[in-house]
Amino acid sequence: MGLFDRHAGTIARSRAMLVDGFHPLSVRMDRVLSPTEALIGGRHTILLGTNNYFGLTFDQSCIDAAVEATRLEGTGTTGSRIANGSYGDHLDLETEMAEFFGMKHCMVFTTGYQANLGFISSLVGEGDFLVLDADSHASIYDACKHTQATIIRFKHNDPASLEARLRRLDKEPGNKLVVVEGIYSMMGDTAPLKAFVEITKRHGGYILVDEAHSLGALGEGGRGLVEAAGVLDQVDFVVGTFSKTLGAIGGFAVSNHDDFDILRVMTRAYMFTASLPPSIVASVRAALKVVRARPDLRVRLWENVATLYDGLAALGFRLGPEHGPVVAVHMPNEQTTIGCWRALLEEGVYVNLAVPPATPSGGSLLRCSLSAAHDRAQIDKVVAAFGRVGERFGLLDRQKVAAID
Amino acid sequence: MRASHNLKIVEPMDDVATDDRLEVLEDIRGRLEPYRTDDRAIVGGTVITKDLNIDSLAVMDMVMEIEDRYDISIPLNVVSEIHTVDELTDTVLRIRGGH
Ligand SMILES: Cc1ncc(COP(=O)(O)O)c(C=O)c1O
Repeated sequence: MGLFDRHAGTIARSRAMLVDGFHPLSVRMDRVLSPTEALIGGRHTILLGTNNYFGLTFDQSCIDAAVEATRLEGTGTTGSRIANGSYGDHLDLETEMAEFFGMKHCMVFTTGYQANLGFISSLVGEGDFLVLDADSHASIYDACKHTQATIIRFKHNDPASLEARLRRLDKEPGNKLVVVEGIYSMMGDTAPLKAFVEITKRHGGYILVDEAHSLGALGEGGRGLVEAAGVLDQVDFVVGTFSKTLGAIGGFAVSNHDDFDILRVMTRAYMFTASLPPSIVASVRAALKVVRARPDLRVRLWENVATLYDGLAALGFRLGPEHGPVVAVHMPNEQTTIGCWRALLEEGVYVNLAVPPATPSGGSLLRCSLSAAHDRAQIDKVVAAFGRVGERFGLLDRQKVAAID
Repeated sequence: MRASHNLKIVEPMDDVATDDRLEVLEDIRGRLEPYRTDDRAIVGGTVITKDLNIDSLAVMDMVMEIEDRYDISIPLNVVSEIHTVDELTDTVLRIRGGH
């Protein structure tokens, strides 16, 4: 058996994604023009799958900060902070992130993926229990492979399911760490966090919330679901990313636990990888200032969410369970999803093609994410394009009803 | 998942009443029935992710249902070492028996 033979099934599946010699993974953005527009194959295309929730990738203050930092401190750190040392700006960013969440400590990672992978896997060990939502992000599942802790899954967003699992563990002496997300990245639904926190505390557990998709989007101050649900002072750890609302790359973990800093020398995904370059640290610090100063961006974002979600629902598409910065459009099967995705691209709309194993419960989705930077005309165009494509593929509920009649 | 884990699959136990075992086995076979690929019956020796049209995610989801049915914890670390219907059955019995 050759090295690549084990991937034969995936290779066949990937070939089946070829339509007229065109593969979804071969899309080339010739030029990204703004947070919401790119040139793809010579066509001006609306970007509706960026996670760029506040549109800060082109914010002037963020760009200026990144350029200035590059001039002053160079293009990269060329090593990890444990080996090469921390730049003052790394420490300042950590102070500002901790302060933003009203916590004592912050650790910054090179990506959000590494933050989850490294942080979660070094928090729990042999004899402990990692209790996670069934629809957790891949980075959380991968953390499970890097710890000796016992892994227990509970039903997605189901407090009773969490409660049953923690109750069964009541007699176990090990620590219990519950891991949930603020907003789920594929369906755009929000966790019943208040209930999760209450249940976890009642059973003596710790709780970690990944706010990757909710930072900026939720809470009066943009601190995510922990703020919106009023549990900021009760959660043990908040993890998140700089790659979405903050418009750059990187991850973080914040906490009030006194011995938090020891994790810097316990977390391999922090120790054995190069730290964030000065430009990124500078733009993230600038972006955090924007998030604090511009609550109007959050209002814009949710207006756009409502326009898209309600527009698609009115057309008869089946959507994720609630309004959210991520709007998931359910598709009947993988082939139709690919066809619709391609047709939307031809209409000048780029969304995320989401198929298993990236999706929950084996379904296929057209995943849309909104930005405060989208204007009304763009979203109207998107809804119209979805209408034409849905009609062509017979996906709209009224068509199904008509067919049954 | 890790091979070296403190929760290990143990050999089927003789001291478990056979009626009990039959009942759990039947329950699991019933849950797997929708994933049959041909007319071969699901038996104790059926290898779950190989002989049936079920992926590991669906297996994990089924395990959550089994956990609630028997009010037990079946860690993912244990699930990843289960291959056959017999092994799953014996795991349920072992954990339910407090082992
Ligand atoms: C819930 C969740 N956590 C973590 C990550 C990882 O973040 P990053 O892309 O910054 O590595 C993502 C996004 O990819 C995510 O959706």
